Amino acid sequence: MARAVLLAQSSNGPHHVHTQTYWLLGVVLGLLVVAYVAGRLLKRYPDHSLNPALIERFNHRIRVWWLMCAILVAAFLMGRVPTIILFGCLSFWSLREFITMTPTRRGDHRALFWIFFVFTPAQYALVALGRGAYESLFGVPHRDFYSLYSVAIPVYALLFIPMRTAMAGDPRRFLERSAKIQAGLFICVYYLSYAPALLNLELTTSAGALWGDPGSHVQNAGLLFYFILIVQLGDMFQQVWSRLTGRRVIAPRINASRTWEGLLGGVTSTTLVGALLWWATPFQFWQAGCMAMVVAVAGFGGGMVMSAIKRDRGVEDYGTLVQGHPGILDRIDSLCFAAPLFYHLTRYFFSQVY
Amino acid sequence: MASAEGTGGLVMAITGPMLATIAKLVSGASLRWIDCQPDTCQRVYFANHTSHLDALVLWSCLPKEIRIRTRAVAARDYWEKGPIRRHMARSFNVLLIDRKEIKVHRSPVQMMLQEIGERDSLIVFPEGSRNTKEELGEFKSGLYYLGKKRPDLELVPVYMENLNRVLPRGEVLPVPLLSCITIGPPIWLEAGEPKNDFLNRAREAVQRLRDR
Repeated sequence: MARAVLLAQSSNGPHHVHTQTYWLLGVVLGLLVVAYVAGRLLKRYPDHSLNPALIERFNHRIRVWWLMCAILVAAFLMGRVPTIILFGCLSFWSLREFITMTPTRRGDHRALFWIFFVFTPAQYALVALGRGAYESLFGVPHRDFYSLYSVAIPVYALLFIPMRTAMAGDPRRFLERSAKIQAGLFICVYYLSYAPALLNLELTTSAGALWGDPGSHVQNAGLLFYFILIVQLGDMFQQVWSRLTGRRVIAPRINASRTWEGLLGGVTSTTLVGALLWWATPFQFWQAGCMAMVVAVAGFGGGMVMSAIKRDRGVEDYGTLVQGHPGILDRIDSLCFAAPLFYHLTRYFFSQVY
Repeated sequence: MASAEGTGGLVMAITGPMLATIAKLVSGASLRWIDCQPDTCQRVYFANHTSHLDALVLWSCLPKEIRIRTRAVAARDYWEKGPIRRHMARSFNVLLIDRKEIKVHRSPVQMMLQEIGERDSLIVFPEGSRNTKEELGEFKSGLYYLGKKRPDLELVPVYMENLNRVLPRGEVLPVPLLSCITIGPPIWLEAGEPKNDFLNRAREAVQRLRDR
C-alpha cells in the first residue's frame, strides 16, 4: 500500500482527488486490519456472552472483505484490463453456482456451453476494449462499446438461448428452462459487468467539470471501490439493524432475517456513511448520500431476489452442493443488482457522454 | 499395460498432475469422506457411472498419495479411440478392459487383480455402461468376484453427483458446473453371501450416499 501511496503522490502532484482515493483505500484497509485482529482475538479467547456462530460469521465476512479489497487493490496497481478480467472470473464462477443449482435438462447442454464460453467472455471483452479500441476502430474519441455491451446479452443472447435449446429438440418445460438460463446470465454476468464498466467513464462533477486526470483510471478505480464499499456496508448495516431492532419480518418465507427495521436502519446508515465519504467521489455531499441510498435499496432487492430463488430450490446457499458453505454468489448478490443502477446514474449525471 | 514404464512413466509424470488439475477445475468437484478416511491401503472404489468424465474426475480428486496408487478400470473401445484419448488414458494410468472380446483364459477380474498386485487400488463402475436414468442400474458381477478372490480388499462405495450434467452422454464439450463426490464406509463380502444379495447390498451402499 505504501508503494501505491507514493506512486500517487509522485505522479499526480496537484490532483488532490487521487490522494483522496488512496486515503479512502487506506482508511478501509486500516479498519479491516482492526476488524481482523478483533475477530481472531474473539476466536482465540471466546467471550461466553457471545455466540461462537456469530463470531464465525463475523470472521467469514471479514475474509470476504479482504477478498474484495484485494481485487480493488489489483485495480489500483495493475490497471483497467486486469480488473475487468477479475470481474469476469467472478461472473463465471457465480454463473457456475447459479446453473448448478438450477435444474436443467440434457437438451440445455449446448446452450449452456454457449453462455459459459461465448457470451460471458464476450461481454467482458467488450467492456475491456474500452475507449481506446473504439477510437482506433471508428475514429470517434471518448466512447467505449457501451452501445454494444448494453444490448449484447439482453437482445442477442436472449434470442440465441431459446433458439439453441429448441434445436436440441426437447420441448418439456421449454419456456421455463430458457428463462432460467437467461436469468442466470443476466444476474451473474450482465448486471455484474456494469461494475467494471465504471472504469470506462470520463468522470465529471455534476457541473460538468472533468474530475481527476482524464488519461488515468485511478479515479475510476476509486469510484468502483466506493461503490463496492457502499454495497458491502449496506449489507452489513441491514444485518446489524435487523439483529438489534428487527421485529417485523418482511417476507418470512423468503428470508427470515430481513426485517423492515433492518431495511430502514440499514438504508439510513448507508446513506449517511455514503454521504460522509463524498470527498472520495465526483459527487457532492447530498448527491453521494442519494447514490448510497439507491445502492443500499438495490442491494436489498438483490438479496431478496436471490433468497427467493434459493428458497424455491430448497437450498440454503449457492456454491458447493454440500450445504453450509456459502458460495461466491451469496456474497455478490447485492453487488449484481446495484451495479447497473450505480453505473447509469453515474453515466448520465457524472460523466461525459458523447 | 507396460505404459507405466519408460516413456509412459515420463508422460505420466508431466501430464498426469496437469490432467488432474484440469479435471478438478472443469468439474468443480468437492470431495466428501463419510465414515471413511483417505488411506493408501488396497481398495476397490466402486461408483455410479453417468459420464465419460467419471473415472478421470474421481481419480483426480483423490489425494495425491492415493492417486498414484489407484487405477481406474475403463473401456478399451472408448479410451483407445484417437490419439488424444489414448494419451489421456496413459496419463492417468487407466486399466483398459475389453468389453467386446472377453477371452476365456483371461477374464477382466483376473487381469485387474494381476495389474494391481499387492500395492494398487482400483476404481470400477459396476453398472458397466453409463446410466441415463435417475435410478442406479443393476450391478454387474465383477465386484463380487473381486471381493471373492481377494477378501482383503476394502470395497468402498462412491456416489458421484452432477457429472452427467458436466458432460452428458453423447456430448463432446463439457459445461463447467459444480459436482460432488461422496465416499462412504467400506463393505466386504460376507462369508457364503450369495452373489445377488451382495450386489444388491453394494448397490444400496452407493444409493445411500446420494441422500447424505
